[in-house]
Amino acid sequence: MTHTHFKNHILEYQVDADGIALLTINMENEPTNLFSTEFVQTYVEVAQKAIADPQVKGVIVTSNRKDFMAGADLKFLSNPPTDKAALFSGILQLHGALREVEKGKKPFVAAINGNALGGGYELALTCHYRIAVEDAKIKIGLPETQLGLFPGGGATQRLPRIIGIQNALLIILQAQQLAPKAALSQGLIDATVATPAELIPAAKKWILEIGNAVQPWDNPKHRIPGGGLMTPNGVQTFVGGIGNLRKKTHGHYPGAQYAMSAIHDGIELPIERGLEVEARFFIKAFYSPEAQNLIRTGFFFVNEAKKGKAKPAGFEFYKVNKLGILGAGMMGAGIAYVSAKAGMQVALKDVSQESAENGKAYSAKLLQERVSKGRMTPEAMQSQLDLIVPTEDFQDLAGCDLVIEAVFENPQLKATVTQETEAILGTDNIFASNTSTLPITLLAGASVRPENFIGIHFFSPVDKMPLVEIIVGKKTSERTIAAAVDYVTQIDKVPIVVNDSQGFFTSRVFGTYTGEGALMLEEGVPPIVIENVAKSLGMPVGPLAVTDEVTLTLGIHVMDNIAQKSASTQRIYDLYKKMVTEYGREGKKAGKGFYDYPVGGKKELWPELTSLFHSKLETLDSATVGKRLLHIMSLESYRCLEEGVLRNTKDGDVGSLLGFGFPPYTGGVFSYIDYVGVAQFVADCDDFAQRFGERFQVPASLRERAKAGQSFYSK
Amino acid sequence: MEAYIYDAVRTTRGRGNNKGALLGVTPTHLLVTLLDALRERNNLDTSLVEDLILGCVTQVMDQGANIAKTAAQQSGYGDQLCGVTLNRFCGSGLEAINQAAAYVKSGFKDLLIAGGVESMSRVKMGTDGGAMAMDPAVALPGHFVPQGISADLIASKYGYSRADADLFATISQQRAAQAQAEGRFQKSRIPVTDINGLTVLAHDENIRPGTTPESLGALEPSFTMIGEMGGFDAVALDRYPEVDRIVHIHHAGNSSAIVDGAALALIGNEAIGKKLGIQPRARIRSMAVYGTDPTMMLVGPAPASRLALQKGGMQHTDIDLYEVNEAFAVVPMRFMDDLGVAHEKVNVNGGAIAMGHPLGATGCILMSTLIDELERQNKSTGLITLCIGGGMGIATIIERM
Repeated sequence: MTHTHFKNHILEYQVDADGIALLTINMENEPTNLFSTEFVQTYVEVAQKAIADPQVKGVIVTSNRKDFMAGADLKFLSNPPTDKAALFSGILQLHGALREVEKGKKPFVAAINGNALGGGYELALTCHYRIAVEDAKIKIGLPETQLGLFPGGGATQRLPRIIGIQNALLIILQAQQLAPKAALSQGLIDATVATPAELIPAAKKWILEIGNAVQPWDNPKHRIPGGGLMTPNGVQTFVGGIGNLRKKTHGHYPGAQYAMSAIHDGIELPIERGLEVEARFFIKAFYSPEAQNLIRTGFFFVNEAKKGKAKPAGFEFYKVNKLGILGAGMMGAGIAYVSAKAGMQVALKDVSQESAENGKAYSAKLLQERVSKGRMTPEAMQSQLDLIVPTEDFQDLAGCDLVIEAVFENPQLKATVTQETEAILGTDNIFASNTSTLPITLLAGASVRPENFIGIHFFSPVDKMPLVEIIVGKKTSERTIAAAVDYVTQIDKVPIVVNDSQGFFTSRVFGTYTGEGALMLEEGVPPIVIENVAKSLGMPVGPLAVTDEVTLTLGIHVMDNIAQKSASTQRIYDLYKKMVTEYGREGKKAGKGFYDYPVGGKKELWPELTSLFHSKLETLDSATVGKRLLHIMSLESYRCLEEGVLRNTKDGDVGSLLGFGFPPYTGGVFSYIDYVGVAQFVADCDDFAQRFGERFQVPASLRERAKAGQSFYSK
Repeated sequence: MEAYIYDAVRTTRGRGNNKGALLGVTPTHLLVTLLDALRERNNLDTSLVEDLILGCVTQVMDQGANIAKTAAQQSGYGDQLCGVTLNRFCGSGLEAINQAAAYVKSGFKDLLIAGGVESMSRVKMGTDGGAMAMDPAVALPGHFVPQGISADLIASKYGYSRADADLFATISQQRAAQAQAEGRFQKSRIPVTDINGLTVLAHDENIRPGTTPESLGALEPSFTMIGEMGGFDAVALDRYPEVDRIVHIHHAGNSSAIVDGAALALIGNEAIGKKLGIQPRARIRSMAVYGTDPTMMLVGPAPASRLALQKGGMQHTDIDLYEVNEAFAVVPMRFMDDLGVAHEKVNVNGGAIAMGHPLGATGCILMSTLIDELERQNKSTGLITLCIGGGMGIATIIERM
């Protein structure tokens, strides 16, 4: 016989005839169970009831939602309270209350029925025993450092005391989320059961048969597994861990650093004092601009965009059942793969059947990799492959809701395929170009239905790059925009919508990065400094290396189309020309560009570069090198905003993070201006305009913003 | 008032591992051996010695709890003898001399003994922990790297090759072997004996006369693994973006050997010498320490030496002989290039690559070696300098009396 003793919108508390209490978390007003102050207060109140009740032998903590508990409430985390002292004492109170439960001499078991992440796993760590259902979809772990934070609910103190310093550091710094099987072998949990039905009985059995209600750190004989801080193992873990942290983050991720500090400073202390140390570092990380940038852009803006925030209002969902693709090259083949993955039928057309088949083979290759890694069944692979129909016949495009052309970047060719396709498409259907360089309005000139014509710009490799840039031509209708956004959300990618412009948003802004790299090289900055500084700021690839990737010849080609070149552009143009015509260094494809590409070896900067451009270390300090590379991208983005190429700053932030790897800790191109400080940013650009050229001239409106002390995202 | 060095002695140096001759000898015993030697050589009235200042880097276990006072108590010099232990890492032995000289020059003290000790076989390097390398709050913003990575960073930045370093190391071994064969160390090198008076080690154990560039060429670089696995190559490049990659050129044969050893110097003013009837061998002309970037931490000798020269009103051409600690081959090589000093004037009897670097003692060992050599060659001025962890350099200029 079971009695319910308590129930509200957060949890339910029942006690059965054997004296086993069941504490079931169900936060009815939230999308899932979330670790919050209100939750902990309610939880502790009920837990104390159980501890005080002589009939209760032990408590099982579980959930009746999909998640055990998914983590902390990011709405709270994106909006730090103004009073740090109050926050600190509040955190200590929560720790104190949870400690009372730990020390209450009644066994608590976490019965993990679903994801136990972040605060959810930290709640489980306050229990005396942890059992999970062995379901590979369930994730257990501490993802916080990914967001610039670290587990501030006690995990930096409890986890290393359970599994050792080295293992705990790895879990925390790598933001690991483990399936129950792996979590068991790593010691994050104590046991698993095969099915959900076995979970509560197993927890009950442990309470009745073992029921050890003493946490390891409350046992005076407890020693940290693998040794404490001042053992050879502890020293090596920290010394090497710090080196590797800088290798990975270049010092831009305070969450990871402070998590390490919390362990370093707190691990040898009594647990309460360790938790106090953790709280201080947690607050420091929480308020860091990097964490706020990562949460705001990396979580909220990206999620909003992914849900299709850019879609104009008032249009029904445009479901793409059948997709046509023109051109089965690398881009077309990639688009076919991601679309079939989303369950669409795909007509993949090329000039010959053979080329089209080759495009399909690309999907087969990617799927085969998944199958051999055990991530997909051969049957699922086959049914996904069956969705892709390679063809050389335009007639097979009949019935397509959307056709995307990915043929060569030749306006004449694109005009021809547009007209041939439109002859087959229904008048309501959408035609899109995946061009990365040609203006959409120009291409739409060939269309009989320019209102249905739009740019859908994928990034390479399509299966890995999450961003899709939707480009609106002069005549593109709102309905077409809505349809394009719906298509992108269907394939689980992140759409941003921009207006037509040379290079749209992403290519245009990224071009300033490669351009600035070339200009500094020309001025005599050693090429290795340009490349290393770019990477130390968190750019994935240096500007010279990435220029080699897209080839200098393409750069020349793009600049050839600019009628009135600015002085800076002319300098870049001349440099590329010199490299290509005088030295035959066209880029990576040719095996030589700014770098040499020895067969089977690592690329190395062409040794002649330094003498060719009279490189001297004294030319520029590395701080200025770094600022020039990032400032110029943000400034160009601001021009995009002012010209209406960007519709809002969020699209710029999301697009820069996901499209060209602008460093995530900055929050993106506009957040970066806030991060530097608008006034400082303008002052830097003024200085740079004087010293390095007109391209750093600041638009009047940005200067006004600086004067008014107005950031893009008010605190 | 002048500060004079009346005598300087050192122990033989044993390999600092489980096969080393001095493994069974405590650092206190090494120090008492030298305190006995100073008393006997100078017929010293030990009741006049006021203080014992010792450099020692790893101050735990045998070397914990102020080993200077421990040795003072054990020496039989009398209860008046105090002791203080200091840590300026590899510069500790010279720092102890400089502090003693400063006490004398200021008139606060008349007679002291200064030097250092390190039993690296018994007390392992790094076992004293410390925040510099392992506290994230210090090490991450500080771009901490282990010293071997610093040495390889210097080589990478300034273009010293593996062959350059191996050649330098070979010369160090050859010079040390010849000096030992000719008995040049006999004057101030004190053999270590046991409690029964039996000889434990009568020579410097690490000298390898047969060393050639070819034999060194077979050795694997020591810091490739930690540079990669510990992330430290990347840390160095973050701090020095002008460096393409870290080329790992240092190995056990072109870096200082890990050894056990101790050294002491008797330092006092003119009046105390007269009173004791002993002759000064050298006077301290000037001294300096100078800090540099912690990541490339081993380039301090050149700026420290420049400062000491400036304070002494001298040019580097005024110096007859140099002792530059061979922590890693690249350190004296960089020093010579930076200051424009010829190898013929530097480490003429070899250095730590051949004989070893007992961390806390080396500064004072170099003092003893330099005074002996100035006397042998009948030359006048000498400069001792050492690179120091964390980014420091120390230098002392002496003039033979």
